[in-house]
Amino acid sequence: MADNEKIKKISIVISKGSLEAIYPGLIMANGARMAGIEVNVFFTFFGMDAVTKKKMNNIKVATVGNPALGIPTMIGALPGISALATKMMKKQMEELDIPPIPEFIEMIHDAGGKLYACLATVEMFKLKREDFCDELDGIITVGDFYDISTGGQIIFT
Amino acid sequence: MTEKMLADFTVNVNEEGYLTDPSQWNKEIAVALAKEVGIEELTEAHWKVIEFLQKEVKENGKLPTIRRINKVGGIPTKELYQLFPDGPLAKAAKIAGLSKPASCI
Repeated sequence: MADNEKIKKISIVISKGSLEAIYPGLIMANGARMAGIEVNVFFTFFGMDAVTKKKMNNIKVATVGNPALGIPTMIGALPGISALATKMMKKQMEELDIPPIPEFIEMIHDAGGKLYACLATVEMFKLKREDFCDELDGIITVGDFYDISTGGQIIFT
Repeated sequence: MTEKMLADFTVNVNEEGYLTDPSQWNKEIAVALAKEVGIEELTEAHWKVIEFLQKEVKENGKLPTIRRINKVGGIPTKELYQLFPDGPLAKAAKIAGLSKPASCI
């Protein structure tokens, strides 16, 4: 492929806060950096849990309303099921050397990926800069997000 | 697979320029491959990464992840990206005479 046909920049929106919703965005962001692609990640709504200090260590798999998981909704709603499914999935990921979310965030940051939180959600959830991990590059508006995404592709997850 | 001259040695490479026979690799070839990917000089820090990758492939039969290069190899991710900008694992593997990374992580 000629150099001018290659993707040079992407911006990824992570909008949901379950484990299986956050990881794909992070894997794509990290993978982009590994391929020499410039990356912005924009965390909005519950996706912001991935960069919120109090939440980022405790992200869980959604076991209710997740038919692909193969667990009946009634069972998925029982106490401890989500924790169990999360534990199993984390073990699988550890075997593949996929890091836990806080370490993954640090890795993407160290790789030069930029991480932003959505101002509207920050205000709605009444959060402050100190509620977020140090790796966060800023709290920005949707308009700012489009500005920094100029010249690249946007992926919504 | 094609033959190619690198630093006065004839080597076999695939269509992306990765060596197909690791036994053909030597340090002069590494320097030539580094220039191909835009790295003008291989410093001691570069060699540390290259040697770690070669050791891992020899021992485990596969390239380490960037996480493993950090945790086991002791090379921080930030430094790895500074040493081999724009695709550190792929570039380092190419220079080390190894195959292209086949992992998403």
